[in-house]
Amino acid sequence: MTAPPYERVARLSWPRVVFVGLVAAFAVFTIPTLVDKHSWTGVTISVAVTAILAYVYLTPKRIAARFLVPGTILLLAFQVYPVAYTISTAFTNYGDGHRLTQSQAVAQIEADSVMEQPGAQRYELSVATKSVDTSGAFVFFLTDPDGKVERGDASGVTPVPDAQVTKDPFTGKVIKAAGWHILTGIQVNGLGQRLAAFAVPTQGGFIKSVGLSEAYVGQFTMKYDAAAHTMTDTRTNTVYKESDGAFRAADGSGKTLPIGWKIGVGFKNFTSVLTNAAIRGPFLRVLIWTIAFAVLSVLTTFALGLLLAVVMDHPRMRGRKLYSSLLLLPYAMPAFITTLVWSSMYNKDFGLLNKLFGTHIDWLGSPWAARGSVLLTNLWLGFPYMFLVCAGLLQAVPQELKEVARVDGASAFRVFRSVTMPTVLIGAMPLLIASFGYNFNNFNLIRLLTDGGPYPSGSSTAGDTDILISYTYRLAFGGQGAQYGLASAISFLIFVLVGLITYGGFRQTRQLEEVYAR
Amino acid sequence: MKERLWWRHLVGLAALVFALVPIIFLVSAALNPVGTLSTTSLLPTGASLSNFSKLFHDPNSPYVRWYVNTLVICGVSAILNVLIGVSGAYAFSRLRFRGRRAGLTGIMLVQMFPNFISLTALYLTFISIGGVLPAFGLNTSLGLILVYLGGAMGVNTWLLKGYLDTIPGELDESARIDGATETQVFFKVILPLARPMLVVVGLFSFVSFLNEILLAGVFLTDTKHKTLAVGLYGLVSGNHNTDYGEFAAGSLLAGVPVVLIYLYLQKYLVKGLTAGAVKG
Repeated sequence: MTAPPYERVARLSWPRVVFVGLVAAFAVFTIPTLVDKHSWTGVTISVAVTAILAYVYLTPKRIAARFLVPGTILLLAFQVYPVAYTISTAFTNYGDGHRLTQSQAVAQIEADSVMEQPGAQRYELSVATKSVDTSGAFVFFLTDPDGKVERGDASGVTPVPDAQVTKDPFTGKVIKAAGWHILTGIQVNGLGQRLAAFAVPTQGGFIKSVGLSEAYVGQFTMKYDAAAHTMTDTRTNTVYKESDGAFRAADGSGKTLPIGWKIGVGFKNFTSVLTNAAIRGPFLRVLIWTIAFAVLSVLTTFALGLLLAVVMDHPRMRGRKLYSSLLLLPYAMPAFITTLVWSSMYNKDFGLLNKLFGTHIDWLGSPWAARGSVLLTNLWLGFPYMFLVCAGLLQAVPQELKEVARVDGASAFRVFRSVTMPTVLIGAMPLLIASFGYNFNNFNLIRLLTDGGPYPSGSSTAGDTDILISYTYRLAFGGQGAQYGLASAISFLIFVLVGLITYGGFRQTRQLEEVYAR
Repeated sequence: MKERLWWRHLVGLAALVFALVPIIFLVSAALNPVGTLSTTSLLPTGASLSNFSKLFHDPNSPYVRWYVNTLVICGVSAILNVLIGVSGAYAFSRLRFRGRRAGLTGIMLVQMFPNFISLTALYLTFISIGGVLPAFGLNTSLGLILVYLGGAMGVNTWLLKGYLDTIPGELDESARIDGATETQVFFKVILPLARPMLVVVGLFSFVSFLNEILLAGVFLTDTKHKTLAVGLYGLVSGNHNTDYGEFAAGSLLAGVPVVLIYLYLQKYLVKGLTAGAVKG
């Protein structure tokens, strides 16, 4: 079926042209902004995306690509790229105290160390911008005690003739300047961190703001020696040497400056999971519970679901429809809601369970009770799914085979074991593997129910009900000392583990199918 | 000899008790006039709508906004998700092209990476996107929808491919012989045939976005931009006791429509759930 070229051109349908036109219009609309912000990566991406879409949708050849390109672009941008970025950080020390590049860290340490010298002069300060809003760069207008005005920016100070400015008659503060917008106090306050980090270099040191309308000349107390790679604290004459992405005191006192920088550490994050006892202990404990949790969740939900499906599977059983509608409810109700409801039912003081049973059990407070509670809740959340699946698969069991077995004198249990079970298992196996993979990374359940707790004494990163993914989440985003590099390395290990288990599981299924499909 | 059925009902009733206790408890908490966890018992002690009116008038929890946000974010994401997913599935099921097998495996592999860890990378990406296109930055529904669509060519593509493989190829082959283009085959032949499955996959996507708290929690920090999951979690995360009635009322209003849709689509669900198993 090769159509002549003119016909192919004729098939250039208008929805595709409109689509490509819209994409191109969007690119035309955004590119000036991107150029304005010097975002060359952005320009490259939007030009490339537009070109690819135009090529795929306006030329006749790329039929398969038309169906795949939009999804693939989104996949690359919002899954593949972030994952690749993450894997690359697994080989660094990225985390709290190691977020900057080295030159940024040096600049930050020096800027933070600017201190006002006793008796040094102060300036009246006005902050000004070129544009009306405060998003762009700003400058300082500084009036010294003699009334002379200077303008300061990141490269230094320049004198400003009195003719160009209007000064407040009492304080001398600049209130108008030709070509500049003087910011109001509220706007200056809104600059926040940007104002605090801003320093104007001058001969004696740096001019920094103090409050909203004053500035002082301060001096570095930390000095970086680029040749010797050292940082010196001029107040105490302590010398800090570069080592492993941080400045460490050379006097052997073990003191380290809080701001370090990001460096490559090779496979250290991976090996420390096995060699560093402080990480290995919690990691193995969490790993074992993760596997136990995932296996037990699959087994309990499947067992209950299958039991109910078998019980309901009888031709004279009345109310089957009603039963299955009601049993569907735990599955149909959004899980984030019901998990939170369970969490409150477990509450020691006000919870429903203790009220119903007249007990005073700390369900989520002791390790084994908490683990049991997690499994119970997950059983509740998961059994209707398995019930639906098993009920569907039971329909597929050949009735004649059952009859034949029964006529041959097999007991009901024997029929179930030798005829029903194999059929159900073959059908359910891929879903059981998928369910294992899902529960292995069941972040929401742990996060909403226990948040990993209770925590064994002396450990604040790995709780007794933590599974790998919630533990890793805490490592990466936890309140104290985020270890992003290590968390990325563990994520990679989770990825490999889940991949291997799934792969092995599917191979097993295929063998199972071969055994029964003889 | 007639087989006795009473024990089947006994097991069924026990299962019903287990299944329904938390849900009845939620209803009774929503109707509880006092509105605290400590005063809520299993069966409703009163029938008051005070929690509902509190929910709609509490300035700290703009419930209606959350509801609308959730409908928009989850609805748009689910529809586009299905559309992108089924396009991919169509290509993998019906067309032959270079890199087809590798593409299928690649999609599966990317899904296995615990992608919450790429949160930081996504966060940084969206800070820069927001700098250029504020409508797609952090704290916007559009930005979150984009992130959700990153996973559109994923599990759903596999699931839908499995289903499309069961639709006989003769149907689209005859349409092609009649001169239909691939686009026409896709829209006029395959999509109508796959509709039940598309509805199920759409529903599953909708519910999974509804339950999503991790990305939504990081991306939407402004109270008025939050989704129901993030907002309602905020109501009880700090203090389980005092705002419990409000949480329960809000949860009920969020959950009941989903439950009704599930019940309505019940017969398709089983098909949808086992479709992945039909062909891997």
